[in-house]
Amino acid sequence: MDEMERGETKMTRKAYYARKIKRAAQLLFYKRHMKPGVKGWELKNALGSDYPKILKVLDDHLEKLDLQVKTVFEGEEPTGKPTLEELNKARFFITLRGGLPSKDAKMMGWRIDDIAGLATAISYIISKKGKAPRDEVEDLLRTKLPGWRVDINMRRYIRYGYLAEDENEQLYLDWRTRAEVDQKALVDLLLGTES
Amino acid sequence: MSTKEKKLNSERLQRVIELCKSVEERGVDPFAVDVDDIIATLHKFFPEWESTEELTLDAEAVQYLASVIQNQGDWVKHRSTSLYTDPFLLEEKIQRLCKEELATLFTKVWNPIIELEQISIPSLSEALKYWNELIPISERWQNFGPMQVEAGATTLEELVRLKIMAERTFREELEAFWKELKQKVGENEKILYWDFVGADTYSETIDRAYLTSFLITYGYATLELHPLEEEIFIKPFTEMKSELADKMMVSVPISVSHEEWMRWKEEKQR
Repeated sequence: MDEMERGETKMTRKAYYARKIKRAAQLLFYKRHMKPGVKGWELKNALGSDYPKILKVLDDHLEKLDLQVKTVFEGEEPTGKPTLEELNKARFFITLRGGLPSKDAKMMGWRIDDIAGLATAISYIISKKGKAPRDEVEDLLRTKLPGWRVDINMRRYIRYGYLAEDENEQLYLDWRTRAEVDQKALVDLLLGTES
Repeated sequence: MSTKEKKLNSERLQRVIELCKSVEERGVDPFAVDVDDIIATLHKFFPEWESTEELTLDAEAVQYLASVIQNQGDWVKHRSTSLYTDPFLLEEKIQRLCKEELATLFTKVWNPIIELEQISIPSLSEALKYWNELIPISERWQNFGPMQVEAGATTLEELVRLKIMAERTFREELEAFWKELKQKVGENEKILYWDFVGADTYSETIDRAYLTSFLITYGYATLELHPLEEEIFIKPFTEMKSELADKMMVSVPISVSHEEWMRWKEEKQR
């Protein structure tokens, strides 16, 4: 009887998590606000306070599809294990797990010039400790891209959330770069290329 | 401290503030600012400040210096992270690589966000319900144009009643008023201002005072002032004196307040 009860509890828990994972997938995949992704407190309201565990299970499922659950914290990334409060304020996304062949980027509406410009801007800002004057970034882009394309692309990068500009015309990396780009890997790859 | 010395010290503080601002706004190296020296300077000047402006300047300098120290801390923190790299080396690498190589490198570290948009049956149903309840735009954006009235005829009395036209021209009215003044004055040659202007109602008194001012301005009458007795007389001319318009005129303000009219009325009844 005990085994049966244990069996039933196991099934119930499995069904519980299955339901929660489906709900989490819906919340994370489908666009609800101006920005993609979902805030931690929204997940907490929908899934309960054990949502981090549910997201971990979902992440394991997504690995087979080369997708992952990505967390972008408000402010600085916590050094150790994040607290529930930090997670509640963070934003959660579904991103690709592995890289993307550059020819596939075209399907997403990105020309090679656009990606190269974005890579340059992000790398330059990283090299300047996270903040660089806009005109310096634009001058650097203009060495390889036409001026009119630089103007269009800068506006695009800012609109999409890759870069942000403050009142002093200083550019810094915005939420989408933090969510999508492995900055350390980018710097290592750049430095690893032959001059 | 003399005023000159205070002014020099204020200017020095302003330069300190500008230097600290340049670190924050233009990305100048925060370690270019000698924080110890500036703190010593602020410490030295602080006892001399007296006015609110001087103390405010001092507080502003301290605030900007604190932001420079924070920038220095951020620099050290960044340096100690794995993201630190020699900026010149990175810039050189960026310059040397072609667009295609940069794009290829970037796509290796780029994990774009997946997001979907999809319409569902419940949302379609809600949208249809909203559409059915929505009032047509022709009703929502009704343009209430001006009322069209058919042209017709009117009378002079109607125009006078609506105060669009006057029964008499202003000149005619003024001359009639002048005639009334001459009749009231009679052989006395002059009349007290309030005796001529005063009427049974206050609004009528105002109208009469208004017309009297034109009588005097246009040369139909003049004023005679007795400041010691506080009396003002109006003296009508037998003929209108148009040459007065060429002479320098003096304004005489005369108060025709409600209190004064009440006072005049009480005195008259007595």
